Amino acid sequence: MGRIDGARDFESLVLPHLDAAYNLARWLVRDPVAAEDVVQEAAVRALTYFASFRGDNARGWFLQIVRNAAYASMKLDRGLRTVPLATGDETEAAAPAPVDPADDPEHTLLKIQAHAGLDRLLAGLPVELRETIVLRELEELAYKDIAQITDVPIGTVMSRLWRARRLLAEAAQREAVP
Amino acid sequence: MTRLHDSGACEMTLLVQADFDGELDAAQAAALAAHRADCPICQAATESLGRVRRALREQAPYHRAPDALRARLAAQAAPRRVPSVRAAGWRRAAVAFVAGGAIAASVMLAIVPSNAPGIADQVLAGHLRGLEPGHLEDVVSTDQHTVKPWFDGKLDFAPPVKDLKADGFPLEGGRLDYLGGRRVAAMVYGRAKHVIDLYAWPEAGANTTPVIVERDGYTLIRWRQNGMALWAVSDVEKAQLEDFCQRWRTAS
Repeated sequence: MGRIDGARDFESLVLPHLDAAYNLARWLVRDPVAAEDVVQEAAVRALTYFASFRGDNARGWFLQIVRNAAYASMKLDRGLRTVPLATGDETEAAAPAPVDPADDPEHTLLKIQAHAGLDRLLAGLPVELRETIVLRELEELAYKDIAQITDVPIGTVMSRLWRARRLLAEAAQREAVP
Repeated sequence: MTRLHDSGACEMTLLVQADFDGELDAAQAAALAAHRADCPICQAATESLGRVRRALREQAPYHRAPDALRARLAAQAAPRRVPSVRAAGWRRAAVAFVAGGAIAASVMLAIVPSNAPGIADQVLAGHLRGLEPGHLEDVVSTDQHTVKPWFDGKLDFAPPVKDLKADGFPLEGGRLDYLGGRRVAAMVYGRAKHVIDLYAWPEAGANTTPVIVERDGYTLIRWRQNGMALWAVSDVEKAQLEDFCQRWRTAS
């Protein structure tokens, strides 16, 4: 029976990537309960569309669904949820009033978080940089997998990674020299 | 103190990064190594990349999926792969049908082959999940005028919420569940110490008479009414669940 085989495939192909899915969702929405909802929603979508999955990269396929569900969730919650780091959820332009008008949003961001731990710095990165660096450094994915999941060319993955690392390095340095 | 500079500082920096990430082939990596030997900027960039990586992997937590989430998703996938139990359930229902003889007047017992058994397993799994501590209701209220608006915005349909307190089945609340790949409404009713879950989701077609499905000691009754698929599930006596369905169908 097709559906039964489908369920077994779903379990063996998707459930092993649950940690990766939750980690990505958690770093994107920055809330444990919301992250669970995102993964649950993604699993439902994955189960629904599983029959149309053709390929050998189940992890990339599932993480792409998780990412889309997380973005949908963040869109729904925009303006409703209080997030301690009130910037970067959607765009870099959503930065708070700059401390110094000459500062660009990224520098403002880093000043605000100069004394936070590295996990806080990472959580405060603009979302497109955050997802890229999380997939690379915590999930240890290759550029082409990150490009597929985040739906951008490999060149964009490389420049985002570079910007994310530069921001983290600078922030960590400021922290070391208060 | 070395820093990661803008990529303009040395045009090779993205290549340095690609090398650091193991994305270069052997020839490219060798060419880069030759360049780096003479380029302090690229040497510094490599060191800085390493520091950021170490710091991230030491300080940024990797969030593993909670066990409860894993269990829930496994249960969600699992009901679809228990054909033997399902077949046995149908055989028991058939035997009950033949041997029972007397059929409650209010509920017609019919055995209809359809895709319903898969849904029945999912409805039962949803009911059992709901019985775990803290999972019973997302909105707790005995007032249908509180429960009904709560579903608004969470579903793409308006579930028929009715209170049957006068009939001995008080409405206790509602929750969302996922069945058959879609969000559905679950209305929670009480009966003494027991819980009756009534699932509802839109389903095209004419009204149908209730059909009893038995699963592992639980009774499920399904019917279609006013464009809604309805499934009642509980561990109460079968006659009580039939009574509940009869009253619910005729209540306003």
